[in-house]
Amino acid sequence: MKIHEYQAKALFKAYGIPIPRSALAQTPAEAAKAAHELGTSPLVVKAQIHAGGRGKGGGIRVIGTPAEAEMVASQLLGTRLVTPQTGEEGRPVETLLIEEALTIVTEVYLGITIDRSRSCPVVLASKGGGMEVEKFAAEEPHKVMIEEIDPAVGLRPFQASRICYDLNLQASAVRKISGLIFALYQLFIEKDCSLAEINPLVMTGMGDPVALDAKLNFDDNALFRHPEIIALRDISQENPLEVEASRYNLNYIKLKGNVGCMVNGAGLAMATMDLIKRAGAEPANFLDIGGGATAETVREGFKLLLADRDVQVIFINIFGGILRCDTLARGVVKAAAELVVDLPMVVRLEGTNVEKGRQILSDSGLKFTVASGLKDAAEKVVAGLSSR
Amino acid sequence: MSILIDQQTRVLVQGITGAEGSFHTRRMMEYGTTVVAGVTPGKGGQTFDGIPIFHTVRDAVLNTGANASAIFVPPAFAADAIMEAVDARVDVVVCLTEGIPTLDMISVKRYMNGKKTRLIGPNTPGIISPGKCKIGVMAGYIHLPGRIGIASRSGTLTYEVVNQLTKLDIGQSTCVGIGGDPVIGLTFLDILQLFEEDRDTDAVVIIGEIGGTAEEEAAEFFSQRMSKHVIAFVAGITAPAGRRMGHAGAIVSGGAGGAREKIAFLEKAGMTVVKNPGEIGDTVARLLAGPA
Repeated sequence: MKIHEYQAKALFKAYGIPIPRSALAQTPAEAAKAAHELGTSPLVVKAQIHAGGRGKGGGIRVIGTPAEAEMVASQLLGTRLVTPQTGEEGRPVETLLIEEALTIVTEVYLGITIDRSRSCPVVLASKGGGMEVEKFAAEEPHKVMIEEIDPAVGLRPFQASRICYDLNLQASAVRKISGLIFALYQLFIEKDCSLAEINPLVMTGMGDPVALDAKLNFDDNALFRHPEIIALRDISQENPLEVEASRYNLNYIKLKGNVGCMVNGAGLAMATMDLIKRAGAEPANFLDIGGGATAETVREGFKLLLADRDVQVIFINIFGGILRCDTLARGVVKAAAELVVDLPMVVRLEGTNVEKGRQILSDSGLKFTVASGLKDAAEKVVAGLSSR
Repeated sequence: MSILIDQQTRVLVQGITGAEGSFHTRRMMEYGTTVVAGVTPGKGGQTFDGIPIFHTVRDAVLNTGANASAIFVPPAFAADAIMEAVDARVDVVVCLTEGIPTLDMISVKRYMNGKKTRLIGPNTPGIISPGKCKIGVMAGYIHLPGRIGIASRSGTLTYEVVNQLTKLDIGQSTCVGIGGDPVIGLTFLDILQLFEEDRDTDAVVIIGEIGGTAEEEAAEFFSQRMSKHVIAFVAGITAPAGRRMGHAGAIVSGGAGGAREKIAFLEKAGMTVVKNPGEIGDTVARLLAGPA
């Protein structure tokens, strides 16, 4: 799960990580008031969206006066900000973070994430902030310092100070920054983060470290033990169909094509998208209705596909295995009839009683094309598209 | 032969009295798996379909000689259940649970250091040595005993591949679902090592997906140490970056984990990479028929 920068900074503050003085605004008037109350100049106005690349998209502006704050706020609030990371639809800007601009002497990158192949948390640091760390780490690995954390003993003091010395930070700053690294690690562990990032962490003219930006992602699997984090979710930043899907525990991701896919299991769902693409068509979505598909999940899946106007053909690919295909086929027919599915539907079912299941689909009188096997299904999907 | 489990495997089920645990215990027994014990704290002394239930894994192992465990325990308690099985020196632990927090699994992995237990999963359909033993939730009947090993990160996609093979009359030695989470027990690399040593496995199919570098690590082992054919498929070539595709592990971040990069890496290492998921069975058949 993602949260906004201002929410992450509030958590930073609670853990003792220094952040710039700031105020929030949701209207131009509030922006002017916030700028006035901060009482300093220049200030930085930052659009709060769940995506990076905000500077490039015009979502970060330096201003001098409350009047300017009001003007910039009226330009940003209520719009959808498009950045290199949002896609063309952008993300809605509903909140602005207005911060004091700091005098920056040096800036560094500091992040904590999980190293999958080593099965441990890692602290990453490098000179110069602003880059996308995974990319940077892949392209210039020698420039990124990595400290592997033994989960049995946690981050050790020598590791935190080693990062500071390797970053060539002033000796006088080592103690402060070590403390900050410890605080970030504690936050990462206690809140079950998947990523905790300060990019950049800056040193001010006064010799103090300050987190100029803040990014926290959380492990979805651990949210059950963090109601305070769930409360930070902002669904306006998510695709409405994806939000709807998550209510029924379905995994749905909107894509650009016109073949609506409903599949059980994430791997098979991805393979089905690949299959469609190879056959010369484009998937409209990724939709995993769960390995143990039921008539209910099929029904909810149908609703999602029908709500997407781009969908021209529906492809249902369910490998039931233990599930009985006749029960499943009845569920598919019932849902399609009730929801008046008017689009051509290619159905590929596999599992116990598969012949019976196919018979039920063929006898339903609905627009089902029954496919056997993936290759056959791909051909029938493409044929369904060209018949329109 | 086969890897990890066979006719000698004696299975205990942690969470045997839950809905999933009881349903799949019956399916496993129908398939012929020797289930010798169940563990549900608080229900020790009771039985399930004639199988004795114990409060603790240690009691179950001491009393029944169980050497493998199937874990059907809710996510919040699953990490502890794995550690209990490791502590009781169970040889093979299969954790079917989906949704375990990543930091919990990191503790589990640290706890397992230097211990003999081999962990499969979590978030896996399980493992099956066709005709011998099944520990998991996959449908037994789609499998056929034979000489192809399979390792996969996903569930139903594995059924798809197994089905393609079985329909071509190509049987399987063992099929292992390694799990779709970021932090798992045995990896593709570990499974390839086991298949390489298994005299009854002729070739291996690995079914990977976007995210992480597990396929690449397996490919390095393959190019340096392996004599058997490996056929690979990587799901998610059409997946957008930065989005989690169902599995917690299936996310492309920055430059790492993309399907194209993975496929290029695997091909360079000499694996036979299948691009069309509908042609995995055909490709294996062609390789088996051709000159070795």
